[in-house]
Amino acid sequence: MANVSIRNIRKSFGPVAIIKGVNVDIEDGEFVILVGPSGCGKSTLLRMIAGLEDITDGEIRIGPRVVNDVPPKDRDIAMVFQSYALYPHMTVAENMAFSLKLKGASQAEQKKRIQDAASSLGLLPLLDRYPRQLSGGQRQRVAMGRAIVRDPQVFLFDEPLSNLDAKLRVQMRTEIKELHQRLKTTTVYVTHDQIEAMTMADKIVVMHDGIVEQIGAPLDLYDRPANLFVAGFIGSPAMNFLDGTLEEGGLRLPSGALLPLDRRPPLQAGAKATYGVRPEHLEIVAAGTAGTIPATVAVVEPTGSDTTVIVKAEGGNLTVVVRDRVSLKPSDPVGLKPMARQTHLFDEHGQRVADA
Amino acid sequence: MTLSLKVAIAAMVGSLVPGIAVAMLLARGRFFGRQFLDAVVHLPLILPPVVVGYLLLLTFGRRAPVGAFLAEHFGIVFAFRWTGAALACAVMGFPLLVRAVRLSVEAVDRRLEQAGETLGAGPVWVFFLVTLPLILPGILAGMVLSFARAMGEFGATITFVSNIPGETQTLPTAIYTFTQVPGGEGGALRLTLVSIVLSLMALWGSELFARRLQRRLAA
Ligand SMILES: Nc1ncnc2c1ncn2[C@@H]1O[C@H](COP(=O)(O)OP(=O)(O)O)[C@@H](O)[C@H]1O
Ligand SMILES: [Mg+2]
Repeated sequence: MANVSIRNIRKSFGPVAIIKGVNVDIEDGEFVILVGPSGCGKSTLLRMIAGLEDITDGEIRIGPRVVNDVPPKDRDIAMVFQSYALYPHMTVAENMAFSLKLKGASQAEQKKRIQDAASSLGLLPLLDRYPRQLSGGQRQRVAMGRAIVRDPQVFLFDEPLSNLDAKLRVQMRTEIKELHQRLKTTTVYVTHDQIEAMTMADKIVVMHDGIVEQIGAPLDLYDRPANLFVAGFIGSPAMNFLDGTLEEGGLRLPSGALLPLDRRPPLQAGAKATYGVRPEHLEIVAAGTAGTIPATVAVVEPTGSDTTVIVKAEGGNLTVVVRDRVSLKPSDPVGLKPMARQTHLFDEHGQRVADA
Repeated sequence: MTLSLKVAIAAMVGSLVPGIAVAMLLARGRFFGRQFLDAVVHLPLILPPVVVGYLLLLTFGRRAPVGAFLAEHFGIVFAFRWTGAALACAVMGFPLLVRAVRLSVEAVDRRLEQAGETLGAGPVWVFFLVTLPLILPGILAGMVLSFARAMGEFGATITFVSNIPGETQTLPTAIYTFTQVPGGEGGALRLTLVSIVLSLMALWGSELFARRLQRRLAA
């Protein structure tokens, strides 16, 4: 096991800068998830850790060793690809034995290691099959098994679940997390799915357009997003945003409504700001109540455990999630009351101002 | 006829390793002169075979620089020997072999090779454990093409090593000889049949083998 340190990493393909100076510290045994929209450079960063892409500038260490010029085979890592990259000409057992054969492990040891990994992944009955005879979920397990058998310092996962159906994805999420709790191997995991990131990570690195927007524990990012990007990216349904102007006593919305703020923000009166509130932190109250956002009900979507209500307010639709069953009908007028201490304020540059 | 087979098999086997190497280079290499190498490899496909034969004669003939050097230092003589016929056939079939292998190299999913690297394999192991098994169908197709080309090669062979019965006379040149003498039609027809049967056998054999490989490699 080892820590991984990423220092001022840059990457360009020709003249195009893809990674624009990234710093991340990954502790020994930590499960870190790189998350961000597709194309933001997550895979490129992961592949630089693996040694599959050159580093344009900066330094990557695995343990105490700078690995910039170390070839992938000597980095003591194992990577699981989105496409699984299983060898079609080898059986499951041969795929899993790949790294052991290269290490020159004895037949007996190979057999034992493969049995151990296969039994923990439920692959024992499949050892003699070829990848083409397996389902997507089984292939995914074989790819993990092949990585586990290597017993590396660091696991690297590139969107390992995105080719699976929704149900299997949820199940594998749990399995990978359990696996990590058992093996405690340092893991860097890439996904574009913020729910995957929230549920699995010890630490999330939110990337956007080649830079890191924020690093933190899942609930830290959820409760205190550093900027509008993170606020909008983490959480589903997404946070609601309202633009307005600061005044004594609150934020004045273009509709004329005045939203009270929990605390006085360190901003001048008259400054433009964006107010953010998560769907579960809005209460639906009688229309016209003072200090509420006036809106009309557009769509009611019960999921059973809770109900999502989409309302039309000035400046766009807002989403409200309520735990109680509601008897609202489309075009009912309502007021939306943000819960105290559960709102966010961002300045005109999109940076978090403090708890609003 | 056995001579023709010997020549064709020698041509096919001899060009195999260089063919794979050049195909890998053309498919993967990023080096100065790649376009040039590509053009040179394809020359036998577009030049008249007689011209290729003559160029071989100029290079590997007894008194030609390379030919004399090889004869003197290694005792290898191509001119007017069956080995020369094999060389002519190999050169003529080379672009076909390279093309087939190159296409299959380009079709290999690079991530399979990269996975190998992350699992501890250096470039050599990756080639033998991953790339080579994956391009076997392409190699096979290339070998069949090059074999067929060798069995049918006429122009370059007759120009380079002439048409010596028992030494350099291959099926096509023998058929040609038969058609040139009165009453040779019977012999020509017989050899034509032999040629057809041999080619079909090669094709079926490889087809069978290829299908088995394909099934193994299907993702
Ligand atoms: N080999 C490459 N050559 C040129 N551009 C590339 C290459 N690999 C990735 N890119 C570009 O880099 C950007 C980031 O890619 P990637 O790291 O795969 O994003 P992500 O994994 O976050 O979706 C994309 O715009 C992609 O087109
Ligand atoms: Mg990616």
